[in-house]
Amino acid sequence: MTSHPGLRLAAESVVLILATFAATALLFALFVAAAGAPPTGVFYDIYLGAFGSWFSWQNTLTRAAPFMLAALCTALPARLGLLVIGNEGALVIGGVAAAAAGISLNGVAPLAVQVGMFVAAAVAGGLWIAGALALRHYRGVNETISTLLLNYLAIALLLWLVGGPLHDPASLNKPSTPSIGSANMLGDMPGMSVHWGLAYGVIACALLFVLFRYTTFGFAARIIGGNVRAAQLNGLAVARITLIVGFLAGAAAGVAGMVEVAAVHGRANESLVAGYGYVGILVAFLARQNLAMIVPVAILLGGIEASGGLLQRHFELPDATTTVLQGTLFMLLLASESLRGRIFPIRVQEAN
Amino acid sequence: MTVSNDKRAASRAILETLGVGKVFGATRALDDVTLRVAPRGIHALLGENGAGKSTLVKCLAGFHRPSSGQIMIGGRERVLRSPRDAHAAGVGMVYQHFTLAPNLTVLENLVLAVPDRNGVSARRIDWKAERARFAQQIDELPFDADLDVTVSSLSSGQKQKVEIIKQLCLGPRILILDEPTSVLTPDEADEVLGTLHEMTRDQDLAVILITHKMREVFAYADRVTVLRGGRVTGDDEIGALDADALSEMMIGEVEIAKSPERAPTAADNVLLRIENLSADNDRGVRALDDVNLTVAAGEIVGVAGVSGNGQTELAQVLAGQRRAMAGRIQVHEEVYSGTRAEISRHGMHCLPEEPLRNACVPDMSVADNLAFRHFDRPEYSLGGLFMRGAPLARRAATLMERFNVKPREPRLPMASLSGGNVQRAALARELGEDVDILVVTNPCFGLDVAAVAQIHAQLMDARNAGTAVLLISEDLDELLTLADRLVVLFEGRAVHECTREQADRRGIGQKMTGY
Repeated sequence: MTSHPGLRLAAESVVLILATFAATALLFALFVAAAGAPPTGVFYDIYLGAFGSWFSWQNTLTRAAPFMLAALCTALPARLGLLVIGNEGALVIGGVAAAAAGISLNGVAPLAVQVGMFVAAAVAGGLWIAGALALRHYRGVNETISTLLLNYLAIALLLWLVGGPLHDPASLNKPSTPSIGSANMLGDMPGMSVHWGLAYGVIACALLFVLFRYTTFGFAARIIGGNVRAAQLNGLAVARITLIVGFLAGAAAGVAGMVEVAAVHGRANESLVAGYGYVGILVAFLARQNLAMIVPVAILLGGIEASGGLLQRHFELPDATTTVLQGTLFMLLLASESLRGRIFPIRVQEAN
Repeated sequence: MTVSNDKRAASRAILETLGVGKVFGATRALDDVTLRVAPRGIHALLGENGAGKSTLVKCLAGFHRPSSGQIMIGGRERVLRSPRDAHAAGVGMVYQHFTLAPNLTVLENLVLAVPDRNGVSARRIDWKAERARFAQQIDELPFDADLDVTVSSLSSGQKQKVEIIKQLCLGPRILILDEPTSVLTPDEADEVLGTLHEMTRDQDLAVILITHKMREVFAYADRVTVLRGGRVTGDDEIGALDADALSEMMIGEVEIAKSPERAPTAADNVLLRIENLSADNDRGVRALDDVNLTVAAGEIVGVAGVSGNGQTELAQVLAGQRRAMAGRIQVHEEVYSGTRAEISRHGMHCLPEEPLRNACVPDMSVADNLAFRHFDRPEYSLGGLFMRGAPLARRAATLMERFNVKPREPRLPMASLSGGNVQRAALARELGEDVDILVVTNPCFGLDVAAVAQIHAQLMDARNAGTAVLLISEDLDELLTLADRLVVLFEGRAVHECTREQADRRGIGQKMTGY
């Protein structure tokens, strides 16, 4: 054996990711040139807007926070071999639940309100995705389709609630819930203008990484994801573990919604539907569903988002430019999967 | 041998390989193989799994190009680039696994496989003419087939015959059969091979029969070539050989584990009791129908049957991989539902067939796969919560040593191991600690003689130590060697039961086909 197969696979992943970024940069440069802007200048601005100064770093980190939490909603079920794309829906439901909790707990100590909002968002988002995985486990409903459709359901639910039962009469042109009150807002972490959502994201990724890497629960989840028949043979509680993983995944996205409400908007309204859930899918795939990789990848994509304003001002590029960049990256990433196993093929002895 | 002798031998052969070699990557699958097949008769190709038999015939059938050497057919050198070239040269091959389309009729399958004589492929099919053509062709063959039956409703033996008819309709001079009897009952095997034996007496047809069953070689073959490790280790008329000589050519100087003696055990302590058990298969059709079975401590109960008569479903229900529709399982006279706590309390382990697919996670490491049974026990985890790498690694190393899993590299992914080593690793996991009940399905499928002997010895050891063993196997010889009691499954029902002393091969073969 000349080299360890694990090493070959890792090397292949690195080569594929680098090639994907290079191809994305090339295509994006063509797009930018067609839009009449100099590609090199645009790339430099993306760097400046994302990581060029402490100011842009803070902007980047603020945007990265919901991405980390939303990405967990795809990356955790992926451990079980399930493809969940209901991040947006769970985020929206979590945001609404947080707002409802914040409003109804008004008058209690701010910390208690915040805990209440956190729990409400986690439970609501968690049940949202756990429900989809229960349908999958007990009735064989495809979890990708069901969570995709649940996204539309969540948005419809949000619009109905902010226009009806939770409507604040003062919100005229944008139907919203009442404010949770500025005293109950999450605020910034000490020494920087980045809200606490970032800490939530990093801590959640770290805790879940440990859970899946070092505990018996994580080992059992790997067995289920690798071969459910082997899991059944060993008497593992497949249903229970599936539902718990679904709950954790949805809870993470729900907390992302809570952060948006409690740290950014102060209320729930259509602004929650900002596509952060979909960026979360992109982050999870770019991180190759690796929980530890989610943090840096989310920061990278947060940086791309953060640079959007600068591109608009300097080159009069449309608002959607960074979305084009993200979309290109995602398409090429999916395409690159077809090359897996062909760059450093592991030579298998032909069976006789 | 003199040159003139060589020439004479060559002129008599319809097919010859001269020094054929085949290299896959770093593996030499065939090394300087020279084979001469006479125009008439059955030529057996004998060897263990991995000896190169399949590779050799795949070269003859146009699937592989030899890396070196020549292939001569009818006295002329041929370069076989594709199966079509092989067909044109008169070589037909029947595969180990069925290649018929199950949802089509026999006639449709024949039309699909046999091009019409004009060689036009895209055309309107004249079903009437095709029916007449094939009916006439089959009429001339000693095999029978109903043209209008859907293939999926045929038994394995009938399917095998249709496969052979399909090839014979192409008018081959050389017919290759790759382990044709592995899915047949003894009676069916005798019928198919007997008929072919007759055919090779009456016409110019050479049959190359790949097998590892010595019984078939002595009953039907005229000549035998033995392969071992890609080389020819024996080649002679069948009359000049005996079983000992053949087996030495096949296995070489390998030490075969001696099976331990069958210790007398008191078989009245029932550990596994199956009552009125019924289950459906994947298509929702009843596959296991009201089965009752008991296995006592220190007893091996064999479950015989032709593949697809409910054995898979029985094993899956016992392994917790399939829901029972009716009936119950009792272990130690307690109702058993296969939870992790029950598995460990009762010491009930299952080893399904094809363990890589049914019992392992292929891309997890060997060490991880060996840990599935005990990773959450107190000695291997902190409070049942955090995994403890070191004791798990030590245990994996011990198990691999004890059960001779190679290569002894616990970090390799399970999927990179050979079939025999996957089987040994899975057995190590299931037998690595004291078990009270063991359910094994086809434990020796595709293994070489030495590995089979080793696994048989381990099963017998477990039995002698008081384990209740339920052995579900499609290999009747294996069952007759190991089992204390035999149960025959046919169409999901337990149709026959007998003790080891009462068992007779022919009678059981008949029960397996529903007589």
